[in-house]
Amino acid sequence: MEKFTFDANCVYYRQLNEQIRAAVAGGCTDFELTNVRGQRYIADALDGDLRFMIHGVPGQDLGAFMRGPKIRVEGNAQDGVGNTMDDGEIVIDGLAGDVLGYAMRGGRIMVRGDVGYRVGIHMKAYKEKIPVVVIGGKAGDFLGEYMAGGAIVLLGMFTGKPDAPIAGRSLGTGMHGGVIYVRGGVPLTQLGPHLKAENADDEDLRTLTTHVTAFADSFGLDAKEILSVPFVRVKPFSHRPYGNLYVAA
Amino acid sequence: MKAPLRYYDYEKDISGCGIFGVIDKKRNLIKGDMPIAAMTCMHDRGNGLGGGFAAYGIYPELADLYAFHVMSSSQSALDRAEEMIKAHFEVHESQPMPTRKTLAIKNPPLMWRYFLSVKESRPRWKSLGEEDYVVATLMDINKTSGGAYVFSSGKNMGAFKGVGFPEDIAEFFRLEEYAGYIWTGHNRFPTNTPGWWGGAHPFTLLNWSIVHNGEISSYGINRRYLCMHDYECTLMTDTEVVAYLLDLLIRKHGLSKRMASWVFAPPFWDEIARMNEQDKETFTALRMVYGPAMLNGPFAILVGDGHSLMGLNDRIKLRPLLVAEHGDRVFMSSEESAVRDVCPELDKVWMPKAGEPVIVELEA
Repeated sequence: MEKFTFDANCVYYRQLNEQIRAAVAGGCTDFELTNVRGQRYIADALDGDLRFMIHGVPGQDLGAFMRGPKIRVEGNAQDGVGNTMDDGEIVIDGLAGDVLGYAMRGGRIMVRGDVGYRVGIHMKAYKEKIPVVVIGGKAGDFLGEYMAGGAIVLLGMFTGKPDAPIAGRSLGTGMHGGVIYVRGGVPLTQLGPHLKAENADDEDLRTLTTHVTAFADSFGLDAKEILSVPFVRVKPFSHRPYGNLYVAA
Repeated sequence: MKAPLRYYDYEKDISGCGIFGVIDKKRNLIKGDMPIAAMTCMHDRGNGLGGGFAAYGIYPELADLYAFHVMSSSQSALDRAEEMIKAHFEVHESQPMPTRKTLAIKNPPLMWRYFLSVKESRPRWKSLGEEDYVVATLMDINKTSGGAYVFSSGKNMGAFKGVGFPEDIAEFFRLEEYAGYIWTGHNRFPTNTPGWWGGAHPFTLLNWSIVHNGEISSYGINRRYLCMHDYECTLMTDTEVVAYLLDLLIRKHGLSKRMASWVFAPPFWDEIARMNEQDKETFTALRMVYGPAMLNGPFAILVGDGHSLMGLNDRIKLRPLLVAEHGDRVFMSSEESAVRDVCPELDKVWMPKAGEPVIVELEA
């Protein structure tokens, strides 16, 4: 089936998404969208082996609930990328906004540059479903807040904010599962309560190598160089740090 | 509370307000089409219950006069407001606001515009400074005229707002006919307060204007604090307090914009504890003295004053705000798409840190 190419210039988001859905129903698997400017809900809840190339700035909730599609954005993305995404991959060659990967439950999101606040909030994992977010730049506050599973890899390398700390304050607040890897370490004052930062071990390095290599391949970068600096692993102190929160003393 | 039967049939509107601002640092004029197009791009952030714009540099021939924009639900209230205006000011021009009939805007209030200077011999408030006198008069009109509201009172600037989507409000006020060097725009999705004409953004006082996405949970204490300083809230929307707080803190108390931002979005106590002694003292004092002026709750605000455009988020960034630069122009917006829509090529794009203002001053 031929590729679905579409000029989204001044097309309302409902019309755009209706056309995409009609094409998917017709068996189309490759999509190229140009002049995207803020259209919401692109590729939301789509299922299966589909590929999207997006030129421009897609709107809120890009790839929300989706299960399988691979999306590449040539440009920056806004808020809510990969909201509750189940499987697939989103690659953003630019910046991304707030709450990226919110309640994500599978698949992988890679952002070349900086991301906003509350990225990876409520991420969770179950059996073979392990969501991963790789961030090439720096992150705002509350990265991995309430995180229950999966992995966030924060590189801090490709950033427009040279003076900012690699992650904002309250990193991993309320976190009770999953892991956040930070390249080169993170000031302890940025961490939320009940968390420990340790050096990544060999098993961590295997995980990191897999995802950093994919990240480097996506953006034409050198994985060796990214991995040449030690990583720190942020995790909760105990298995259930909030287990007694609502239990009468 | 139980969900309604067949709850899945209810289509939920998921949204928040949308804000956009642009400043040309060299005072080159920007036509109204640009902010209108940017706000149109963010149409779905509002629900048609409020839209508005503020523009600076629009009345160059009358730049020394206070431009009062007045809306009124009745002719009698407008007459009362006019009587009060005439008693307190020299009226240099008085005219209906230029508007056009549009299908989207139903039952607009009466809209009138005055260009004013302060009377040599004042009927009252003789000891007040000129700007305090203007503030006192317009607060009195808003409170006692019984339905007329002065919703814009600065010089060489104006607010245009009402119930409708911003692009509809712009069409109603013929905003494409104006040109200014600073513009802000707002698309409203009212949550806690009524969607009425006076409650649309921007909120203004003298040259201050503010558009806001979020909600000011501290409205009650802010309002009572302002009341002690002779600012009375009459517009039934939380954002109104921010316009008056700006006037109080910056114009009257002489705080810098940076300092006022620390009052609105102060550092956390644990951050203050890690500061050096001098900063610790400063920030503790600021929180003690101006506690009732702190803004609690989520906000992204854009503030104009004729010389600058300022963007500020609450300190945990519960609302989006993006800044972009192109040449002499700086844009601030809820969404990048709106900026790209009116300026596809940008030199720099970033999202400011929570609680850190971005202040862009004119260079000409």
